[in-house]
Amino acid sequence: MLLEPLLLTIITAATPLLVAALGELVVERSGVLNLGVEGMMVMGASCGFVVAILTGSSILGALAGIGAGMALAAVFALMTLGFAANQVASGLALTIFGLGLSGLIGADFVGARRDPAPKLHLAGLSDLPFVGPILFGEDGFVYASVALLLGVSWFLWRTRTGLMLRAIGDNPISAHALGHQVLRVRLLAILFGGGCAGLAGAYLSLGYTPFWVRGMTAGRGWIALALVVFSSWIPWRLALGAYLFGAVTILQLYAQGYGLGVPSQLMSALPYLATILVLVAISRSHGRGAGPASLGTPFVPDH
Amino acid sequence: MLIELERRSAPSRIMMLASPAIAVALTVVTAALLLAAIGVDPVHGLGVYFIAPLSTGWSLQELAVKASPLVLIAVGLAICFRANSWNIGAEGQYLAGAMLGGWFALAYQTAGAWWVLPGMLLLGALGGMLYALIPAALRVFFGANEILTSLMLVYVAQFGLDYLVRGPWRDPHGFNFPQTVAFEPAATMPLLLAGGRLHWGVLLAPLAVAVAIVFLGATLRGFELRVVGMAPRAGRFAGFDVRRDILLAFAVSGALAGLAGIIEVAGPIGQLLPTLSPGYGFAAIIVAFLGRLNPIGILLAGLILALSYLGGEQAQIALRVPLDLTIVLQGALLFYVLACDTFILYRLHLFGGRRKAVQRAA
Repeated sequence: MLLEPLLLTIITAATPLLVAALGELVVERSGVLNLGVEGMMVMGASCGFVVAILTGSSILGALAGIGAGMALAAVFALMTLGFAANQVASGLALTIFGLGLSGLIGADFVGARRDPAPKLHLAGLSDLPFVGPILFGEDGFVYASVALLLGVSWFLWRTRTGLMLRAIGDNPISAHALGHQVLRVRLLAILFGGGCAGLAGAYLSLGYTPFWVRGMTAGRGWIALALVVFSSWIPWRLALGAYLFGAVTILQLYAQGYGLGVPSQLMSALPYLATILVLVAISRSHGRGAGPASLGTPFVPDH
Repeated sequence: MLIELERRSAPSRIMMLASPAIAVALTVVTAALLLAAIGVDPVHGLGVYFIAPLSTGWSLQELAVKASPLVLIAVGLAICFRANSWNIGAEGQYLAGAMLGGWFALAYQTAGAWWVLPGMLLLGALGGMLYALIPAALRVFFGANEILTSLMLVYVAQFGLDYLVRGPWRDPHGFNFPQTVAFEPAATMPLLLAGGRLHWGVLLAPLAVAVAIVFLGATLRGFELRVVGMAPRAGRFAGFDVRRDILLAFAVSGALAGLAGIIEVAGPIGQLLPTLSPGYGFAAIIVAFLGRLNPIGILLAGLILALSYLGGEQAQIALRVPLDLTIVLQGALLFYVLACDTFILYRLHLFGGRRKAVQRAA
């Protein structure tokens, strides 16, 4: 049966994209555009791997990844909320900074190897034919990503705080006038986004490919940003997009393996080309006004 | 909040000039701390990083050679950013220029004629321009986010170059190394001084700066781009064609990035390789901001970033410091510039100090 391992690998390829993009979705819903996902993700990958090697624990590694992502996000928050700096440029700075720092931190661990994070089998259920291993035999990160998807959906549409966050993203001036703490909510959203990006990065080095290479995120942070646009800032569409991209990534790998006579570089470029096509298609149908209204605009409260 | 911003009644002229200098000073302090953290004597380390590259004629020439692509790209990016168009894929446009110009060299260099080199430069600029027009057109006609599309195209360009130098353009006598044949003298930048590092391409960077000063400061189209960037509504009311301005800004910045690419290939590198840039396209974004999007500022900022590359290489050899330290410092530098720029428009109060100041005034 070829389909089953195929679906399993697609899910593993989609999970980091989903986790990072869910975090960024919450950030953007609060009106902040953090382009530094790639930098936070690669920091999560490097710190997660280093801690996992040193402690021998995947869970501590994942926590370290989350912490590293949040630490970098805190720098971004200081820049964009504290100093009201340009969000696009600050995000780029975060990416450059994260790529360099992760390389310094992971330099001594290049070539180190460890077993990937274990698959968690649910007694009985994972033995079910076909659906068993796919639904009930994944590693902890995959379950965490599904929980995160449900949690973010519930939070944004079923809680008062979620409503307030969305209102702040659409009109921070009115929300401020109503007495909401715009900068505090945005700070928490940015930290959450950083934690998600860090976790996604940790999954890359702990589960997806269990080793560390410099710059191993290879643009996944940017694809996650594109997925948020693709989703029109709606979590379930984000999941759809992430799994579609996981499929594109894996299918091009299979195609390279079978040697279809197409240059391997063209196949490797496919996910990036697909991202561009998707951005064009989605922007064409929604126009530019689909996102949170204040996205990318700094807010400075006048006390 | 710990930090409170208060808008100044007028932008601070002092901070406009001081902000890049403070940012550079903070970066040097950061460098000292990082060097100490990885076990290098900071004083000795800073000497290797920032002083030694300025102390010999050879390294000063190398500094100019490294600064010229950064300045060329950043001048274009400044025009783009001022028009509020976010081209962050200059690295890809640089590669596109290197590929199209490189193709011309491979195809016609045996002719050995005078027109080979100008043709390469022309096609290099054209390649970068066409590649930059892809994200610009996607934004103008479909509303696709140009930040993400221009960045995705960087990866596509890297794969394209990789394919060419490993496949159809590979040197058949190159022992299977992924590289093209070395360019003939007709396709190589002549040196300014015999035996030195400076080549004629370096002169194009100050030339681009001069043209950009005139374009932004003294032409109607330059004014139009700045208005569209600062106040798009005002631009539309004035009858400016915002779409055309976006396309123009991308075309100019792409052409300059492409030119930088082919100059590197025809100059210091001398052939096409899988890796043609140590991240010049991204470092140029830092140069543009450090130079405050002003052509003259960019000339100085380009030299500073070039110094960081050169010092980084020296430190790698002399102190065994990883090259990633340079990347960290470049990222930190951009943070510092952006934070310092805040003080042009705002005053800062820490720990609610402003309330006390207000009370005192009352």
